[in-house]
Amino acid sequence: MSAPTTYELLRHLADSWGLLAMTLIFLGLCAWPFRPGARSANEMAARMILADDDLRDVEFGGTDNG
Amino acid sequence: MVTLTGRAGIWLVVLFLAILAVAAAADTGFAVHMTIVALAAAIGLFVTLSRTDYAALARGALHAPDASRYDDDPIRWGVIATVFWGMAGFAAGLFIALQLAYPVLNLGFEYTTFGRLRPLHTSAVIFAFGGNALIATSFYVVQRTCRARLAFPGLARFVFWGYQLFIVLAATGYLLGITQGKEYAEPEWYVDLWLTVVWVAYLAVFVGTLVKRTEPHIYVANWFYLSFILTVAMLHLVNNVNLPVSLLGSRSIAVWAGVQGALIQWWYGHNAVGFFLTAGFLAMMYYFVPKQAERPIYSYRLSIIHFWALIFLYIWAGPHHLHYTALPDWAQTLGMVFSVMLWMPSWGGMINGLMTLNGAWDKVRTDPIIRMFVMSLAFYGMSTFEGPMMSVKTVNALSHYTDWTIGHVHSGALGWNGMVTFATLYYLVPRLWNRQRLYSLRMVNWHFWLATTGIVFYAAAMWVAGITQGLMWREYGADGYLVNSFAETVAALHPMYLLRAFGGLLYLAGAVVMTVNVWKTIAGSPLRREAPMTDTPYDAAQDRPLVPAVAAE
Repeated sequence: MSAPTTYELLRHLADSWGLLAMTLIFLGLCAWPFRPGARSANEMAARMILADDDLRDVEFGGTDNG
Repeated sequence: MVTLTGRAGIWLVVLFLAILAVAAAADTGFAVHMTIVALAAAIGLFVTLSRTDYAALARGALHAPDASRYDDDPIRWGVIATVFWGMAGFAAGLFIALQLAYPVLNLGFEYTTFGRLRPLHTSAVIFAFGGNALIATSFYVVQRTCRARLAFPGLARFVFWGYQLFIVLAATGYLLGITQGKEYAEPEWYVDLWLTVVWVAYLAVFVGTLVKRTEPHIYVANWFYLSFILTVAMLHLVNNVNLPVSLLGSRSIAVWAGVQGALIQWWYGHNAVGFFLTAGFLAMMYYFVPKQAERPIYSYRLSIIHFWALIFLYIWAGPHHLHYTALPDWAQTLGMVFSVMLWMPSWGGMINGLMTLNGAWDKVRTDPIIRMFVMSLAFYGMSTFEGPMMSVKTVNALSHYTDWTIGHVHSGALGWNGMVTFATLYYLVPRLWNRQRLYSLRMVNWHFWLATTGIVFYAAAMWVAGITQGLMWREYGADGYLVNSFAETVAALHPMYLLRAFGGLLYLAGAVVMTVNVWKTIAGSPLRREAPMTDTPYDAAQDRPLVPAVAAE
């Protein structure tokens, strides 16, 4: 395939199906945390870092700083 | 596990090859660089042989690290390296700012000209200061959020020391005049290859730690860190496809030429801003702001949208660096449109960070570290508004090639990247060295005000300088000729250059205060005797019941 034809092909792919696919994937990824039942998962994820830092506490499942 | 002899053997082979390369080098610069590599190998060999506990080795008892503790040694080194390179980079910045005001400071040596010191400054602050901060904090955050020790501890140490070698090679190369001539991608082919090796090791350590995590969810800060590591790898590989002139020389020829080369360079350059200076530092923001505020991030959903919007939009914004050039018009417009769209997720992220303090705004008054985080987010918001505005073609026609661009970059770099890094260092140092608290909170406050005032001087001077320049360059007389010569525009900017250098001096002074504070904290000095940041407001005269007045008749 000659260079100008490749350019034309990619150019048309980029502003039609390529653009559409990227937009849909993007919207899907943005909508994902809004799916039903995600609220508590998000809440847990946000609070997870505030639980105790100490590696040793993980096994005992405690948040108490012992 | 590499044995002692194997390890020493590797160092010896590297040392030997580097000496051979010095002898056969095609140019002086390459010979100097290979001497540095040989020195590094010699140091590595010495440390390997002298630090080994032979007695323990003979007993067959391997000194196993405490698996119940996080692997924080490379993070401690990274914190010290961040402070060290920060000081070097800020000092270089002040010096070149003074060179612009007083050209005599070029000193008459090729090694100390502005052209060679400028990339030294930019790389020192972005890659040495920023890069060490990113590597250290990513190792800190990924362990805490995964509740797991670093994977491949040996490789993590290699990443730290290998990255320092990259910095030294890059910095000395600039002074010697070894450069590809690509902004923010100046290091030559062999230094690029070395960075690639280090970066792959970095990716392996980071992903390895994610894989062995004990928390089910991967916290959003790690998404930002991972996108930073992966995207920088991709950008670095594509923009540095060069053919070396000689395998023993420091020159290479870029494969991409002309406008293709320019587009790839600014696809690289803008995404270095987008993924190194934005995504990586946002990762720091998403962990350390909630931790310091002791409150969860305002909206976890918003952080996920922020993440995907940055990923999908940033990568297309590069062409705004090439407005009104040979780049096809549609590509320029594409870059502009995506830059303007980026404004939304950027402000979403800023709001997410700021609103984390919702209900705890008093901490801005009482906690100087939180105040620094808030100021960094404010500057993130300001520079991500200014950037899209400057990418609009008509604005760019005035701002491009002027000092406005320099002002914009510094409001982002000093305000956002600098402040968020300082605050993070203040968070980390007492925890990593197990101190009660920082040596001084008042000094954090001083640092905050010195840095903030410095940025204001810097940015305001560059706005005025940039717009002055833009207007003077485009001024036509009635006869159709340009009114101003270039030298006249330079003379008009002189006062602004002095104000800019003053701003830089204040910023550097703030960093000196930080260095003393961090030094004293690490050294375990007794806490500084100082007035607390807040007093308890109490008025004994008011604190009594109201007694009905007796009528005096």
